Amino acid sequence: MSNAQEKVLLVTTSPHIRGPEDIPRVMWTVVGALAPAGLVGVYLFGYYALFIVILSVLAAVLTEAVIQKYLLGQPVSVKDGSAVITGILLAYILPPGVPWYIPIVGAIFAIAIVKHAFGGLGNNIWNPALAARAFLQVAYPAPINSDWRVLKQGGIFSNITGVDSITQASPLFKEFGGKTYNYTDLLTGNVPGCIGETSAIALILGGLYLIYRGYVDWRVPAGYIATVFILAKFLPAKIEAPWANDPIYHVLAGGLMLGAFFMATDMVTSPLTKKGLLVFGIGCGVLTTLIRFYAAYPEGVCYSILLMNTATPIIDRYTQPRLLGQGKK
Amino acid sequence: MKELSLTGELTKGFFAQNPLFVAVLGNCPALAVTTAVNNGLAMGVAVIFVMVCSNIIISLIRNIVPKEVRIPCYIVVIAAFVTIVELVMKAYMPPEINESLGIFIPLIVVNCIIMYRAEVFASQNSLLRSAVDGLGMGIGFTIALVILSSIREVMGAGTIFGIRVAESYQPASVMIMAPGAFLVLGLLLAYFNWRKLQRGEKV
Repeated sequence: MSNAQEKVLLVTTSPHIRGPEDIPRVMWTVVGALAPAGLVGVYLFGYYALFIVILSVLAAVLTEAVIQKYLLGQPVSVKDGSAVITGILLAYILPPGVPWYIPIVGAIFAIAIVKHAFGGLGNNIWNPALAARAFLQVAYPAPINSDWRVLKQGGIFSNITGVDSITQASPLFKEFGGKTYNYTDLLTGNVPGCIGETSAIALILGGLYLIYRGYVDWRVPAGYIATVFILAKFLPAKIEAPWANDPIYHVLAGGLMLGAFFMATDMVTSPLTKKGLLVFGIGCGVLTTLIRFYAAYPEGVCYSILLMNTATPIIDRYTQPRLLGQGKK
Repeated sequence: MKELSLTGELTKGFFAQNPLFVAVLGNCPALAVTTAVNNGLAMGVAVIFVMVCSNIIISLIRNIVPKEVRIPCYIVVIAAFVTIVELVMKAYMPPEINESLGIFIPLIVVNCIIMYRAEVFASQNSLLRSAVDGLGMGIGFTIALVILSSIREVMGAGTIFGIRVAESYQPASVMIMAPGAFLVLGLLLAYFNWRKLQRGEKV
């Protein structure tokens, strides 16, 4: 707004209605909607998970402040909360027992390279947190891919990196030695997984609140989850697990809820048109199921959203609504 | 275009017309061999030798080669020097460097930086100027390879010239894989363009 006020005459096209919504308000509401899943995560995985979240947020905010102040000479905009969200989302998609440097490297990569190297807020092609996760997955494969632990006894005072924890197969692990979890555990989050992805119920609550407030379009999560549900039921799975063609299991397990409600709906990296949002959600669902069923990785949410982010400009181009009076082509 | 002084011909390739960072040529070897500084340096030296020698010969034969068949003629000249380099490297270089450079030494024959200097410079300029131009461009390419490979080796393997940098550092293996190559090259190009923009030059 400061730029606009400097001009004597501000000439813009209509509409001239000013709503109460601005970037900080939207962003801090999203932070609030993300909180329940994080609290469940910290309760289930102990204080070390909280430490990872704080580290990730601090690194993201500091990176943004340093880049804006010293490199770009822009006003520092960390108060708008977008770097905080990136930090939280990144921590939510990391395993709870990762070494301390992983959230820091990831947050720096997310903010410096994925966000600011492409022009800052509103110009990034990919969701920064997801791109950072993909980077970490190839940079430090061992702690990211195989270190799934749960606490022997829940509670915030237990240490996930030490003797209080046992290693256990994650819900979507599809090779020999996998373990099937029941729906209740998947809903409440009492399963091994990333810090913020395990509790489906907390994520659904936060996501529904955002839809109610109008910050998230229902088409993306609905299209995404419905597609996974249908494909998981009818596509022949190449997995030898009891849950291979169990659609409810596929919807509740892994990072689908977090991805569908909070990552795929990122305003910057998803299409602008209503039809486009539906296409985007369905595309994410198709790719996720294909990766889960036929690829080497157990989970496909991260890569499917990144791929659809890449396709966003094309989707926007082909779903443009026809202008009134333009006629049919 | 006005004639540069001899020192100008030498130094223009270092940064102002750097073949990798400004002309964005020779990406294939630049991305493939820069996993370690040793490899980058060896590749750079090989390119300097081939470029100086081929520029000299092409400058000497520039008036007797028919225009229609000049490209095959250049390739024969370049291939001769590449063969020399390849045999010398096989004989005297440590085997592990040879192994990691692999196919990229024979591929210098079709390196577009060398073809580019032969076509736009050596075929139109005198012997001395062509030799100096080849030397400058070769050094510029080597500088670029060393910058690229040192960043990648330090970040991806935690070493430089094979020596460990810090015991506690956890190397991010992605940096010595293909995605790391594209990432670092892209960021370096962005950095040099950004510097130019800040000085008010056109990109």
